[in-house]
Amino acid sequence: MGAKRPARREFLKSGAALAGGFTLGAAAPASGQAPASGQEHHSPPMIKEGKDQIAYGERSAHVTSVRIAHGGRPSPDNWGLTFHVAAPLQDSVGVITPSSLHYMGTTRGAFLPDVDPKEHRLMIHGLVDRPLTFTMEDLKRLPSVTRLHFIECAGNRSSRRAKNVQETHGMTSCAEWTGVLLSTLLKECGLKGSATWFVAEGSEEIKGASSMPIAKAMEDCFVAYGMNGEAVRPQNGFPLRLMVPGFEGIFHTKWLRRIKVVDRYYMNYNDYGHLDRDAKTAALSYQIGPKSVITFPSAGQQLPGKGFYEISGLAWSGGGAIKLVEISTDGGKRWQKAEIKGTAQRMAHARFGLMWNWDGKETEILSRCTDEIGQVQPSREQIAKYWNKPYDQTFSVEGLDNSIQPWKIAGDGSVTNGFA
Amino acid sequence: MASLKVLAVALLMCGATVLAQQSGTFGVGRTPTADEIKAWDISIGPTGEELPEGKGTVREGAQLYRSKGCAGCHGANAIDGKAPNLKSKAPATADVWARGRILPLRAPHATTVWDYINRGMPLNREGTLTPDEVYSLTAYLLFINDVIKEDVVLDAKTLPEVKMPIGNDYASLPDWKPKTPRLKGYVETAPPPKK
Repeated sequence: MGAKRPARREFLKSGAALAGGFTLGAAAPASGQAPASGQEHHSPPMIKEGKDQIAYGERSAHVTSVRIAHGGRPSPDNWGLTFHVAAPLQDSVGVITPSSLHYMGTTRGAFLPDVDPKEHRLMIHGLVDRPLTFTMEDLKRLPSVTRLHFIECAGNRSSRRAKNVQETHGMTSCAEWTGVLLSTLLKECGLKGSATWFVAEGSEEIKGASSMPIAKAMEDCFVAYGMNGEAVRPQNGFPLRLMVPGFEGIFHTKWLRRIKVVDRYYMNYNDYGHLDRDAKTAALSYQIGPKSVITFPSAGQQLPGKGFYEISGLAWSGGGAIKLVEISTDGGKRWQKAEIKGTAQRMAHARFGLMWNWDGKETEILSRCTDEIGQVQPSREQIAKYWNKPYDQTFSVEGLDNSIQPWKIAGDGSVTNGFA
Repeated sequence: MASLKVLAVALLMCGATVLAQQSGTFGVGRTPTADEIKAWDISIGPTGEELPEGKGTVREGAQLYRSKGCAGCHGANAIDGKAPNLKSKAPATADVWARGRILPLRAPHATTVWDYINRGMPLNREGTLTPDEVYSLTAYLLFINDVIKEDVVLDAKTLPEVKMPIGNDYASLPDWKPKTPRLKGYVETAPPPKK
């Protein structure tokens, strides 16, 4: 113990971490352990709190986790458009993605609209008895729901080039959303019997629009004005976005201004983007399949040595709540049941963990999940077999990619992408 | 017993109040005028019933393609610009699915092309094109992809009638139902493998 003391003192003198202050606070009273300066207690340096930080708090300057542009196209790009931005899942804890770190995507690349909530309107028309226009004030008078839901972009797929979990899986996030059920609004308008689809449209410059089944609207869609306890952020659709729980991200229409009830698939530009020749691929392209990924340890991270670690990760499904997560720490030979932290919510991220003693030997770790309707997350080998295709480097998952992600752990503790 | 009866009646009354609230409307929201709906409704469905009056030609579209700045991003020949290609590089004889993801070629309805140009173009000046200009640009892009002949005039009647090369050769989405697997028999519903 004695040999360790000088190192600890150096660490504390540098004021490297707030946590260090707490450590000494407990250790200082012991005799003979006073720091060289002779001070009885050490206090960390102060964070200067300006009026802005009192009004709206900031995270510690020591926490530097950030989003990154996804898929090789910069955001903002040459025109100032934002396209796809991925969340730092490798640093995530719990199931809520902070609003500042929530992933974002836009229809084709879009400018961020600065919508005045006083001027904003939601119009519902088409095959309804009473078309209606709602102000934000109107919407906040109506019965509300508050639900935890993930959103995931269809482009969220792992590749062998991806260097970390942010690149392989960062186009998903989970937040607590508050708003009014779309069924409440459609009942207020009176749905006509011929209604089978609806078109939702945003108010950004491209006015991104998608067709969705009316059955989904009546089941669990809602128009959200709240996100993680405050107003939805502009990057996520301020002042109003559509939530389509479990469907791919593009359907969650941001800056929502109009819902048109129709009797056919409307083949908007976004719908055209979903065109598939094969019916099976099409069926795999709008409701998200059961999916999980280990966020710690994950590629790009470094284990300091053998010993105890809690493996941690996220699981979600467009089919409902996650019922089971299994982890393999030996490349898929044996699977152990992971602990799901708290109660898994429907169409929401679930945090899982597994206690693990690493023996220091090279291995591969994987996770797979099962949802409430019995869908099981597949491996890429299984998917290739289903399509009767060889599983090699040319193989690409049809539809939305929910395949099992392997992470390789080398003898030196470095973690890399198992597909590489 | 008497107090129980009172309670039961009270409960019934509460239930009736709740039911009354559920069966009626909340009376929130304002009825938009027909003009307000028309001004906002830019969704053009496959039958084209929402299309405005006006018309356009391939020749006018070719001029607009340059004067409105389309060529600057999409390329002078609608190929190899910074923005997506608007003309296929593959020959017209090739399978439509092999000719690239080109909107004025692969779209199942010409109305989708009109709708997208109208709502989304030109970049940063969206919504500034007149109906005639949108008809003309749509005609030009369909012409350079060998979808229509050079002398076709597009308007609210002829645009929805344009036969797109894809025909019915694309999958429609299955009926969505809650708590249902996305594809029956897909590998993810099979029991997990044991190695």
